[in-house]
Amino acid sequence: MTASTLTEAVDPPSGGQKSARRSGRPRFGRAAVLVIFGLYFAVPILASFLFTVDDPVKGFNLSAYSQIFSVAGLWPALQLSLELAAATIAVVYLLLIPAVVAVRLGGPRLRTFVELTCTLPLVVPSIALTAGITSVLRWGSDNMVPGQTTFIQQLLIDIQNPTFPVILLLAYVVMALPLAYRTLDAGMRALDVRTLLEAAQNNGAGRTRAIVTVILPNLRGALLNTAFLTLALVLGEFTVSSILGYVPFAVWIVNGNAAGQGPVTVAVSIVSLVLTWLLLLVLSAGGGRRGAATPANQ
Amino acid sequence: MLRRAAAGRLAVVPLLLFVAVAFGIPAVAMAYGAFTTNTSSTPGTPSAFTSGNLSASLQGGYLTALIGSVKLSATSALIGTVGGLLLAQAVVTSRFQALRHAVLSASGVLANFGGVPLAFAFIATLGNAGVLTTHLHLKDAGWSLYTFWGLNLVYLYFLVPLMVLSVLPSLDGLRRQWREAAQNNGATTWQYWRHVALPVLAPSLLGGFVLLFGTAFAAYATAAAMVGASVPLITLQIANALNGNVAADAGNVALAMSLDMVVIAVLVMAVYLPLQRRSARWLV
Repeated sequence: MTASTLTEAVDPPSGGQKSARRSGRPRFGRAAVLVIFGLYFAVPILASFLFTVDDPVKGFNLSAYSQIFSVAGLWPALQLSLELAAATIAVVYLLLIPAVVAVRLGGPRLRTFVELTCTLPLVVPSIALTAGITSVLRWGSDNMVPGQTTFIQQLLIDIQNPTFPVILLLAYVVMALPLAYRTLDAGMRALDVRTLLEAAQNNGAGRTRAIVTVILPNLRGALLNTAFLTLALVLGEFTVSSILGYVPFAVWIVNGNAAGQGPVTVAVSIVSLVLTWLLLLVLSAGGGRRGAATPANQ
Repeated sequence: MLRRAAAGRLAVVPLLLFVAVAFGIPAVAMAYGAFTTNTSSTPGTPSAFTSGNLSASLQGGYLTALIGSVKLSATSALIGTVGGLLLAQAVVTSRFQALRHAVLSASGVLANFGGVPLAFAFIATLGNAGVLTTHLHLKDAGWSLYTFWGLNLVYLYFLVPLMVLSVLPSLDGLRRQWREAAQNNGATTWQYWRHVALPVLAPSLLGGFVLLFGTAFAAYATAAAMVGASVPLITLQIANALNGNVAADAGNVALAMSLDMVVIAVLVMAVYLPLQRRSARWLV
């Protein structure tokens, strides 16, 4: 009470005066907040850039960046990550698009059930999922009798094939599900799916054709967002792949750093960050939406 | 009509099957392994049920790591919630649309910029030989990145953007009229926040806190890549046990520790889910 009477005494309670006072003070606070956070987010990136170009002996040089094209192991690792990302995106689309359409058409119970299923992976951190996967794989190898491999054991061996580890694909799809579902569902919410589908079907389109030619083009923004988030997840994924012993992009960066290629690995980190940023800007311009801002919305 | 509804429901089946196999089997294996003895040393012997793994996972160094993880996640989530709210509010009230767009797209990238590259950026900046550490002689001032507060500083780099993304829609939902009404009744800015804005925002703030807590709690790559991190964390302990860096029979204790993590995550989520419904009441 005292605070308000005090300000009343200083400022005559006329509307114009008040808003002038109000917009004057917070603007200073706002500038301070923006400057502090701007520094906090810019300095590590600028400093790591300095770290890569500042050679203690030779001074300024860009050799860390030119080495990106010749350093051993980077391209196979990146290729593995990109292949896994493409496969993960494809599987996520194939599983989720029909499910999200069905949820839109179905009742609230189906909706709750699917939502719960897709949120479930959130309560199992990726390291715990990895622990579970390891114990399944270990079961396969422990109970192996030489000469007679059962179908399931052969399957467990096949999905660990190092040229294309299906086990990683399975884990990544699980990890991508919560965000991907939320993104696609939010995109679908903006559409009148039932009317669109009925219109298409009245014009003689089958259900699949109606979804592919009518729903999906309208969902372009959400589809792009999902693809981008999944790509970012797979490119940055370290936990599952490092513990299971594969060497995709993120694991290579850590291994390379441990092997004394410090500046190159930091350079690769910076380049990957800048590329991700550019990709996001292109996507948000192309999709006409607010970039990846929607998915994390609660 | 009935036929069509059934066909619609069938479209969900592949998704459910996939989750049952790719998520369900490892999850069940984890829970089963957490309650059984280790059989890997002698193949063929039947496993026996025991609560030994769980009690081992809640003792000594493992317990310290679990508490360390909870403490780190709670602290960084709390600071991240406040910082994210301040930043989001600064962006929302700004007249510059370009600023809003830039912060949003930056948040989208940085919220996903966890893990290895983030750790390296901070090592290059504030590590023992980092650019800032050497130029500002921070080492003499007692600074080390590989401490509890150092990890906090690193985690905030992806937690604050995550909070901005999750609280911004709610801030947009605060009506200008509420503020004007409060002002017309003589409320100060503080009173407006204390009695109007924060109560309306409370569910989404708490939801954001839970999201941040969960993210920090599950984070492994960042801490693992910061070699020499001397902060005990549950994720590092699990990874050590899985990689066989410690006693050979630690595998099942790792599964028990994973189960501990899931239990904590479930408890935290249980706080969050009812709130998600409530926040919809005011913020349409």
